[in-house]
Amino acid sequence: MAAPVVIEARGVEKTFRIPHQRLDTLKERAAHPFARNRYRELHALRGISFDVHQGEFFGIVGRNGSGKSTLLKIMSSIYRADGGRIRIAGQLAPFIELGVGFNPELTSRENVVLNGVMMGLGRREAARRLDAVLDFAELREYSDLKLKNYSSGMMVRLAFSVMVEADADIMLVDEVLAVGDAAFAQKCMDVFHAKREAGRTIVLVTHDMATVQGLCDRAMLIHDGELRHLGDPEETALRYYRLNFGGPEHANGGGGVPDVNVRVADAWLENAHGERVENVEQGEAIGLGVVFEARHDLERPVFGFHFVNEDGVPVFGFNRTLPEGQDERVAAGQRVRIAGTIENPLLPGRYFVSCLISRNRTQGDLAMHVVRLLDFVVYGTRPGPGSVSVDVDVEAVLEP
Amino acid sequence: MSDAALELRELRGPSALGGGRRRALDLLYLIALTEFRRTYLGTALGYLWSLGRPLLLFGVLLTVFTQAFDLGDRVVQYPVLLLFNIVLFSFFQEATTQAVSSIVSQESVVRKTQFPRLVIPLAVVLTAVFNLGLNLVVVFVFLLAAGVDPMWSWLGLPLLLAALLVLTTAVATLVAALYPRFRDTGIIWGVMVTALFYATPVLYPIDIISGTLRDLIGLNPLAPIFELARKWVVDPDAPGPVAVANGGVSLVVPVAIYVGVCVLAVWVFRREAPRIAEEL
Repeated sequence: MAAPVVIEARGVEKTFRIPHQRLDTLKERAAHPFARNRYRELHALRGISFDVHQGEFFGIVGRNGSGKSTLLKIMSSIYRADGGRIRIAGQLAPFIELGVGFNPELTSRENVVLNGVMMGLGRREAARRLDAVLDFAELREYSDLKLKNYSSGMMVRLAFSVMVEADADIMLVDEVLAVGDAAFAQKCMDVFHAKREAGRTIVLVTHDMATVQGLCDRAMLIHDGELRHLGDPEETALRYYRLNFGGPEHANGGGGVPDVNVRVADAWLENAHGERVENVEQGEAIGLGVVFEARHDLERPVFGFHFVNEDGVPVFGFNRTLPEGQDERVAAGQRVRIAGTIENPLLPGRYFVSCLISRNRTQGDLAMHVVRLLDFVVYGTRPGPGSVSVDVDVEAVLEP
Repeated sequence: MSDAALELRELRGPSALGGGRRRALDLLYLIALTEFRRTYLGTALGYLWSLGRPLLLFGVLLTVFTQAFDLGDRVVQYPVLLLFNIVLFSFFQEATTQAVSSIVSQESVVRKTQFPRLVIPLAVVLTAVFNLGLNLVVVFVFLLAAGVDPMWSWLGLPLLLAALLVLTTAVATLVAALYPRFRDTGIIWGVMVTALFYATPVLYPIDIISGTLRDLIGLNPLAPIFELARKWVVDPDAPGPVAVANGGVSLVVPVAIYVGVCVLAVWVFRREAPRIAEEL
């Protein structure tokens, strides 16, 4: 890669000493003079090495307790590494949580300046950006209100705007996207896109594989404090799912070589006239089309689709396999088109299509999982309870 | 981004002043200022409240020591001296006792941002400095009202305040660094600061004390500062610390303790700073 390295980690190690019994006071310490060494050692990171290049969107994924957040905290100079070293170039701002350091007793004006300085801006610079922050958060008229009087939504908006305006060369972000509603998540995505366009380097720690696949240039999988995979985000996401769903990690015994991989070449919705559309009218049949390209040979694949509502609840779904005779193997480079119309019982609202490809006709043997393949709105004037309307033939009469 | 900015720098992990001196200073100033403004703008009577506590203490002590004991007659300008001493000691007490839990109460900042650790106790001290500045104005109004003539030696006061500030800062950082590991630091220090109040010539001038007690007070690094403050600001005829220590040889002990506390504070804080986030 041509871009210069901005984060260079070499053999980073971190061990936490977890005392079996915490001795917090002098008295306890005096009562247990020999208790000092009773620690359990927890190896959070065991020799992690990687490079992040300038302008890259770099994902770090892993299960809970895998060490990914510890790594982020070491990069943020919150923890000190026990071994190895990290070198960085340029200014770095960590976002471990939204609104850290906000003081509820201060006005948002004071908080914004204080937070700006905390993220490495000069005092004047922070004051200069105050208006931009308040405007972005749409909170200008509340700028002299103490933060404790803010609603939680306002607080999140303010915290996020501070982050947006901090404008460091490298942004370290930990699951910030997990807070807020779908609209907020969308706003986060847009901001990250813009930051990446502006040449900022972003390191994102997340559980959300859709984000990894949608945004990251490269991603790294950490498991038990070890680096398991670094590279293509789809491949990393796939390995993450395998870890989670307990599938075999090297199904073909390929010694770590990616054995299955599928790319979404195209995905769209269309109306009755065959025109591609972003959104669908209530009651109109949904035309769905997806083209997958196999990157490696794909054996006996099953293509699953879920229609999921805004709250992440699946509304309905279906599976498709290739016709008999063609389904033994999809060769690398070959494309599969899945298209047709679907009856539309959906009530007005926002929906996602997520897609899941498994191999060998086995549910757990995932080849790909795209959480938000498509994202659309059903518009119409007949809302109702739940997510779908169905034909109902029920009458009410007075009993004689 | 310039090429210079792309040079790789080694991360040294969290430290007392991590993230650059300039940023630490900016943060220190902002935190102390907002904290100060908050205490004064938060209530209707603002500043009067904060002055109220030392004044009330002053009133009680003045009544006791002039009525029950006859200090008022034996000591030149006793009421003003008492007020001055209380203001100085309140500064020391306020800064150190509030510093104890300062790092723990800023837990989220310490654990979730790249925050220079030293700034937290320093901001507490700086807020107390702002308070002290305001209170000293009141003291000088009283001084003039009590008929003390302005003296050239008043110009030496900043020097004394600097000496007091250094010691206060050292103690504040020391207790702040110890507290996350030893949670009883708070209780121990609370008792110690009360003991120090009586072991420092605040209520009484040193020259009316004699015997073992006087030797004990002679060890206290705060004592010479208070003695000198009395001589320079209130009563030029009072014995200074050199006269009190019989020629100055025994002054070595409090000075050594003073330096020792400062060195210890720096050493402990540097040692604890990188791991404070993990101790919380």
